[in-house]
Formats: sequence, C-alpha cells, structure tokens
Amino acid sequence: MGNGNVLELKDITKSFFGTTVLKDVSLSMSPGEIHALVGENGAGKSTLMNILFGMQVIFDTGGFEGQVAVGGQAVTIDSPRKAMELGIGMVHQEFMLIPGFTVSENIKLNREPTVSNVASRLFGPKLETLNEPLMQSDSKAALGKLAVSIDEMALVGGMPVGHMQFVEIAREIDKKNVRLLVFDEPTAVLTESEASLLLAAMKRLSSEGIAILFITHRLDEVMEVADNITILRDGEVVSVMPRSEAKLDRIAQLMVGRKIERPVLPPRKSEPSDKDIVLKIENLKVDMPGERVRGLNLTVRRGEILGIGGLAGHGKVGIANGVIGMYPASGRVAKDGVQIPLNDPKHALLSGMAFVSEDRRGVGLLLDESIEMNIILTAMQVQGKFLKPGALPNLRLEDRAAVREHALTVIRDLDIRCTGPAQLVRRLSGGNQQKVCLGRAFTMEPEVLWVSEPTRGIDVGAKQLVLDLLVKFNREHGMTIVMTSSELGELRKICDRIAIVYRGQIAGVLPPDASDVDFGLMMAGKSATLEEVS
Amino acid sequence: MSEQSTAQVETPARGLGAGISSILRNWSVPIFFLAISIAGIAAARLDINYLINEVVGRFGRNAFLVISLIIPVMAGLGLNFGIVIGAMAGQTALVIVTHYRVEGLAGFMLATVISVPIAMLLGWLVGKTLNQAKGREMVTSMIMGFFANGIYQLVFLVLLGTLIPMKDPVLILRSGIGLRNTIDLIGLSYSLDRAMDWLWNGFVFTSIGATRLGPWRFPLCTLFIIAILCALTTFITRTKLGQEMRAVGQDMHIAQVAGINVDRTRIIAIMMSTVLAAWGQLIFLQNIGTFNTYSSHEQVGMFSVAAILVGGATTRRATIWNAIVGTLLFHTLFVVSPLAGQRLFGVSQVGEYFRSFLAYGVIAVALALHAWQGRASKSK
Repeated sequence: MGNGNVLELKDITKSFFGTTVLKDVSLSMSPGEIHALVGENGAGKSTLMNILFGMQVIFDTGGFEGQVAVGGQAVTIDSPRKAMELGIGMVHQEFMLIPGFTVSENIKLNREPTVSNVASRLFGPKLETLNEPLMQSDSKAALGKLAVSIDEMALVGGMPVGHMQFVEIAREIDKKNVRLLVFDEPTAVLTESEASLLLAAMKRLSSEGIAILFITHRLDEVMEVADNITILRDGEVVSVMPRSEAKLDRIAQLMVGRKIERPVLPPRKSEPSDKDIVLKIENLKVDMPGERVRGLNLTVRRGEILGIGGLAGHGKVGIANGVIGMYPASGRVAKDGVQIPLNDPKHALLSGMAFVSEDRRGVGLLLDESIEMNIILTAMQVQGKFLKPGALPNLRLEDRAAVREHALTVIRDLDIRCTGPAQLVRRLSGGNQQKVCLGRAFTMEPEVLWVSEPTRGIDVGAKQLVLDLLVKFNREHGMTIVMTSSELGELRKICDRIAIVYRGQIAGVLPPDASDVDFGLMMAGKSATLEEVS
Repeated sequence: MSEQSTAQVETPARGLGAGISSILRNWSVPIFFLAISIAGIAAARLDINYLINEVVGRFGRNAFLVISLIIPVMAGLGLNFGIVIGAMAGQTALVIVTHYRVEGLAGFMLATVISVPIAMLLGWLVGKTLNQAKGREMVTSMIMGFFANGIYQLVFLVLLGTLIPMKDPVLILRSGIGLRNTIDLIGLSYSLDRAMDWLWNGFVFTSIGATRLGPWRFPLCTLFIIAILCALTTFITRTKLGQEMRAVGQDMHIAQVAGINVDRTRIIAIMMSTVLAAWGQLIFLQNIGTFNTYSSHEQVGMFSVAAILVGGATTRRATIWNAIVGTLLFHTLFVVSPLAGQRLFGVSQVGEYFRSFLAYGVIAVALALHAWQGRASKSK
C-alpha cells in the first residue's frame, strides 16, 4: 500500500491571522527511520507538530493547507485521539505524567486493562475493576524494551527527570499500534549520561521498526542518531539531507542564517570598555521554572547595549528576573562595586536599575489603570517622585499636575498612540503598551535598564520603534541597557555585544557581526573553540 | 544496563524513627485535636459512659454525610460545601414520604429512592456550574448552597399550597401556604438505626471488673450501612471510574490529553456526592426524629467539612479514615466543649458559645495547619 512511508507531509502551509508560519513544508519518513527536525525558536516546529497531532488550536485558527498521509493513506487528523489511533505517539517536552500516580498507573493512563464485576454489569463498563497485575506486567514489558529498570510501582513524583522521560516513552510504546514517535526536545532536561541512554533507546526502537521524529536543538545528538535531517527556518524547509552529507557547522548556518542589515547607529562620545564596568554578576543562580540560571557570570560595561540571546529554556529570561528579584536567586550582583541584595525588588530598583518584564500584561502593567498612572507608579512608590507634602509628614499626596505634565511629555517623546493620558492601558495595542512599560522604566531614570523580550507579541512596525527607543535611551541619556531577546536578529541590530546563554550559563560573548555559524554553534552548546570579543 | 538507570528512587522515610515521624507528620492535625479532646474531657470531668454513648450515636448520625465528601476531593474538586444541596434533596423526599404517611423502614427506604433523582438532578446542575469555576470550586459550592437555600425556601414557604397544590393540616401552616417550621418524624424515627434490632438490640450493659460499661445503645443498622458505604467508596477508587477521578483530581490537563472526559468525570463525582449527602441527611434526620424545615440542612456542609478536616483530610487528599477519625473527634469535642466551658467558667452560655466557636474555629485551625505543613514540605 502506498510508497511504504510511515509519514508523508506534503506542502503544508499554515498561517495565523495573516502571518504565514509554515510555507510548503514537506517531510517523509520510512519505517524505522530516525528523522531529525531542527530549527530555531519560532521556525515553525511546534506548529507542524500541532498539525500532526490535530490540536484544536489549528482548527480554531482556520485549519491548514496541504496533505498528510500515514502509512501511505491520506488522512485527516482532527483530534489528538485520531493521531493516537493512527499510531502516532508523542513524548512531550514538559512531562505529561501525574506525579501522584505510580509508574504503571501513568503508563496505562486511560488505557487501563479492566475486569468486569457485579457493579459493572449493572451500571456499565466504567465500574469495571482495574486489572492491576496486568497493568504492572505490561509496564514492566514496555520498560524492558527500553532496557531500563525502573520500579513500575514507584511514584513518579520525586523521580529523577531522566526516569520520567523513560516512563513517557514507555507509555507511548505500550500503545499497541504505535509506528511513529515524536520526541520533542527530549534531552533538554537530561544530564549527559541520561541523554546518551535515551539516544541508545531511540536506536533500539528504530531497529524494531518504529519511526522517530526527533526535534532538537542539540546538533551533536542529531549527528549521532539521525538518519536524515530536515532544517526548518522561518516556516520553510531550507534543506533536507542524509546524515552522511551533513556537517555540524553547515547545519548551524542553515538554522540561523538570514541576512542581517545592521543599521548605522549614532556614535557615542566614548565607546564602552571593560575598564568601566557598571555591573558584575558572579555565580548567579535563579530558580525560575523553565528558565533556570545555573551559576552564571557576566559583566556589563557602562553605557553599552548588551544583548542576551539563546534558545528557550536555557535560562536567558531568568537572568533579569533574578537580578531584579522576581524569582528566588542566589549569587553576587555588584553595581559600581557595591553589592546589591538579591530577592528584593525594591532595593534593586532603588540602586538605579529598572526592569521591563517579558510578561507585559501580567507583571508589566496595571491593565485597568490609566496610562499616566502606569507611567509614574514605580517612580512614585519606590523613589517618592510626584508626591507633595500633605497634612501629616507621612501622609503625602499625589501631585496630579506634575503627573499629568510628565505623562504628556512621555507620550509625546515615546509617541504613544492614545486618546490621552487618562486612557486605560488595556485598550492600547501591544506596541503602545510596551512603550508605556518603557516610559515607566524611563521615568525611574535608571542607570541600568533590563529589558526582556521587548518586541514579543507586537507588530513589525512597532518592533522597530521599540528598538529605536532603546537606542535613543542609550545614546541620549547614557543608559546602560541589557536586552534579552529570543530574536537574534534584533539583538544583532542594536547591541554592542551579545552574550549567548546555554544551559543556564554564558556560553560566550560575540560581536553582533559574528557569523551565523558562530551564533548557531554557540546556541547549540558548541562554543569551546570560539574566541570571545576582545 | 548502566547504573544510572538501575538506581531506585530514594524513599524518604526509612527505619522506625522515620516511620514514627512520618506518622506524626501525616496525622498531626488529628493528634492535635485528640489532645484538646482529652484536655476537655479532663476539664469537664465527664462520665466516660455518657461520652461513649453520645459520641457513637452522633457518629452514626453524621458519618455518612462526612464520607460523602471524599469522592469530590478525589476528583480534585476540593471540599464540597454543596452537600447542603444534597441534604435539601433528602429533606424534599422526607416531606413527600411524611405527606403520604409511609412509615417505618419502608418509609425510610421510599425516601431514599425518591431522593435519588432529585439529588442527581441538583448534583448535575452543581457539577455543571463548578466546571465553569475551575480552581474556585469550594467557595462556589458554598455560595451555591446559600443560593439553593433561597430557592428551597421559595418552594416550601411560598409555592407550596399556592402553585403546588397540597392540603395537609399536619405539615402545612394554618394559612394553607407553606410548610410548618418543624416536622415531626415520629413514624420514621430510628427506623434505620433500629432496623437490625431483631439481630441484637444494640444495648451494651456490662462491666469489666469494677468498671461499669454501659448503658450504651448503638445504632446497629446505621453503623452497618456506614461500613458498606466505606467498602463501596474503596471499591470506587479501584475501578476505571475511580482511576479517572484520581487522574482528573491530580492534573486536569494531563487527564484531558490522555483522553479522559474531564468535565464529565467531575460532574459524576459531584452527583455521587450529592446523592450520598441526600441519604446522609435522611440518616441524620431519622436519628433526630424531628426536622426543622428551614434550618436542618443549613449547617450540614460546614459541620461535615469541619469533621473531615479534624480527621486530617486536606482539600486535595481525603480518605475514609480521615472521615471516621474526624467524625469521632469532632463529636467528642462537640459533646465535651459546652460542658467544659460550663465547668471552667460557670456560665452555660459560654458553653454554647464554645460549640459554634468550635465548628468554625476547627475549620480555620485545620486549614491553617495544612497551609503551614504545605509550606514546610515545599521549602524542604
């Protein structure tokens, strides 16, 4: 039947609200093949997986174009259940395991073998008793196929993550008709030795005829196990190659590569250098879920724009959140040689730093307050600005006139499109909301400004405006800016140096005009040979 | 395979010392209340025979209601204050049975049967509503209880005798509209408690050495029914349905991805709880013998929740033992505290005050203790 391919995706095109995220993507896999799918964040990998698994979000946003064939037959996958019935299994990046259940209960979740009893004959199959011995022996068999010995009676909660990963895989291969497994960044959370065990298990599964689609950022793993490699960039397949023809640096370049037009930025009176360090971070550890920082060192030069890049989950977002005190942190942060206590946002703000959060609507703004209130609030709370003496010494009042005057200045300077300073922030567009955030940070007159993902979720035109503003702050007010972004392109546009974070530490610092290969390799954790910016 | 994969997960508690400390940790709340009870018994200088007789009788009266809370906790809905609504269903059935003068065990059985469809319908409505209020189930169910009370009053105080034709001089107020404040359940009184008296009349009256035991009278049949309910609840946890409830209770998202119908499972859990609460209220009222039409159900949710919390249950974990131990301890405190108050302060009102102080205080203390425990285990 058909051409014998397990999976055949043909000319898949998908757009969200007019933005094309996948364009004519094709991919085919034969039984037992390990196929690596690599690409940057936002390259379209997760959208492709959502299509493959018939996730609701795809249909809610107007479906997609193109054909999907499984086992040589054209199919319509309209629900995760359908995907499961077709024998497609998923090993999730964030574990889909119930911590309070045992290993075997998790492996058999909602597929428990049951035995009928009196109650079930009267009231239906839902009251059938679980067949626990069979659940356990099946689980043991599935774990045995992976050649790991995990106690199937142990609770999943409190297990090492490596074990959880294997339990996930065991659950998928326990499904009787499974013929294609998708591994979504399976090694991101594993230690080196756990990862190598996993790769071995993948090879074993493929030798049993199960095809594996392997999504990863780690290129060395790709080189180790993949039979074929598809590279996705900006929603398009830029290259498909067998491993024998693949080279690490070639993949890295294809992954990142795009023309960067670096605009000519206004010059400074004196260029920042290592002689004048404004901020010194030593051994910073931040416990931010999903973006953990593990003992990071970084120095920030006075007056520079420092970019922090790296792939999602490696901790780049955790740095600013940890320094400002949004998440539990430890280590040493010194500004102008004076140590700043961690886990204390007020102190961090008082010591001349400001933070524009990546979570604009959650942390960054009071959505149901006016623009002017959002602009002055932090300065009023922390620095006591915009207050006038009241009847009692500690009962100071808001200086309405000063607030209004300042708000009007900020609205004009930052070009916030609004009906006036009293408009609620909720009603503004994403770009204008971000400008309000920047306006507030600016009102604090900080020496060091931390900005996290400043252009996330705002349209292209507004992105440029936000970047221009940052440059303006930097050049006109001498503000040191540390900018975290998932978009390497924008970092390369305005930053003086770009630090790449890998596994919670700085993998290296590159100049913005370094080659695509350098950036790609460093993000994938292959930086040892590269030299740093002098 | 390599050592890495063969390493077993460390179990935190090892050895006897660790075992005791884990018992202390898991049962710290009941132990705390046990200590208070013992202090109260000592302060009140209570006759132990009186205490046992009272507590066992009250246990029979209430345990069913408390056990009806377990299933929703398992399904992640927290403590179902909405059992008040189940109690109303039970009372509605009781009004019908009393109106038709069906008496004795037959009347009680008929009331249980009649209460089922009413409780199922109401439970379905509650479940539907709680599915719209995920994460805020407890406060929602509590407010729904208050709201349902309003409807209940509307039906029995205004609509009965006007829209719903009913003529019954015993039940209806002299004006012909609305139920009387108090309904006498002479025909149903002790109908379940003493249904097994042909086997043994439940009296204990004996002595061991110089210690006199008794007279105690146990509600034998009710205790038997409670035992069956315990067995049934355990059975449910072993079934496919129970497994789905536990999965939903632990993580709705994962359960959904695994193909479990989360909303439906939650509704079933609430419906079961509501039906059990209706039956529980029937058991409660047949033991009391009379019923206050407009207030008997009001405190059911609060007191049952207090009892199960005293037993060491949390909003996320509740077992049959939590329910049983909690009901016993709560009623011990309930019996002892007014007497202790009177003995210590010499004023009987203080004792009454102690009671209501107790019920609400218990909930506050138990929830606070759990919060502290939770924080302690989290920071570890």
